[in-house]
Amino acid sequence: MKPRSFDYELVTNVEDLYARLSHHGEAAKLLAGGQSLVPMMNLRVSAPSVLIDINRIPQLQGISESDRELRIGAITRHREMQTNPLVERFAPLLRMAVEHVAHLAIRNRGTFGGSLCQADPAAEFPACAVLLDATMEIGSARGTRLVKAREFFQGPFTTAVEYDEVLLAVRIPKAPIGSRFAIDEFSRRHGDFAIAGLAVSFPSQPGASSECVAYGIADRPFLMKALPNLWKDLRSLPDRGAISEAIASDYGPYVEDNEEGKLKLALGAELVVRCHRLLSATP
Amino acid sequence: MEMLRTVTLTINGQSRQRAVAVRTSAADFIRQDLGLTGTHVGCEHGVCGACTIVVDGEVMRSCLMFAVQLEGKTVETIEGATESGRVRDLQDAFVKCNGLQCGFCTPGMVLTAAEFIEKSPAPNRKEIREALSGNLCRCTGYEAIVNAVELACKVRHELTS
Repeated sequence: MKPRSFDYELVTNVEDLYARLSHHGEAAKLLAGGQSLVPMMNLRVSAPSVLIDINRIPQLQGISESDRELRIGAITRHREMQTNPLVERFAPLLRMAVEHVAHLAIRNRGTFGGSLCQADPAAEFPACAVLLDATMEIGSARGTRLVKAREFFQGPFTTAVEYDEVLLAVRIPKAPIGSRFAIDEFSRRHGDFAIAGLAVSFPSQPGASSECVAYGIADRPFLMKALPNLWKDLRSLPDRGAISEAIASDYGPYVEDNEEGKLKLALGAELVVRCHRLLSATP
Repeated sequence: MEMLRTVTLTINGQSRQRAVAVRTSAADFIRQDLGLTGTHVGCEHGVCGACTIVVDGEVMRSCLMFAVQLEGKTVETIEGATESGRVRDLQDAFVKCNGLQCGFCTPGMVLTAAEFIEKSPAPNRKEIREALSGNLCRCTGYEAIVNAVELACKVRHELTS
């Protein structure tokens, strides 16, 4: 189908963007890569009266590093996330995640920040942002504020970004050398959204513990409590019973006692096995 | 009243300027305003890949871009890629392997495959399937398409070595 009529505004700097966002309020939507928004508009699930195109704002582009952090501009394309050497070195999980995100033509256009602001509960990048303890830089005419990824996602398709605000960039703590990461998921077709997904980190320093994020399960990606206790080291895979128990405990509040719930629990346990294999294989 | 905008772009090597309604997709613009009907409109929500075009050297879904967003861009459609001969070997391989029947998906398949094998010149069959998994074909069952891409890679390799 075709979208409803709308007004189109192209902005080329953030000051102009802030002014327009304040002016239009809820009537406007931001157009980044458009790989989720435009399908919704074509299906008329979304019908903004003003579309503000942010693709040509230089301040939203580019990946840079400081001593401790990577700073990834909000309109960095998935393809850039997959091939950028800084991402590969300091946040390899994000590169691994892209391999589960859609297809070449979508990756060439879709943006990192767009995926985060879309906040699909089954999407990969929000899960990675939570796992990596990212910090979101959110700007508006009122100033710039920082929001932790762990507070940024507030429900399905809902984030901390207000109507007059825009996600400018994402700051990600550099992974210590030797840290290991893995991400895997089950989906109907390669590149589709996950029915169940798991992203895990395994630290290099002794004493630090693993962290695990489940996605496609609850209304937002969440840190798992039971699963990290299962793998203090990677030498052996915990037994299947212990894995199922941990998954049942972590998924518990979000799955129902029906066939779909049982399927998710089974897929979750299998993801633990797969992620263990991926972690063990990392040099 | 539809909001109109002027868009100026380079398409298949030629400069074009048109006034266009802002809600017009790049795909409809290319087909209806510019008469380049090799870009096919299938699902109109980014799933089927039939509308794939090349924007500034990268494949994109033209149903998920608005025509106004092509302002200042360099665009190539299957017509341009055919005329330049850039995808000739892929097209020959599709014909030779029966990699098409109705042909609706073929422009998208060829443009996507071209970018893929440029980046990965020696893919295995699993990688080819994965690379083309965003392009749907309802005729061939894909086997013949994978054969065609594999053949094109082989021919390219033989030519360069």
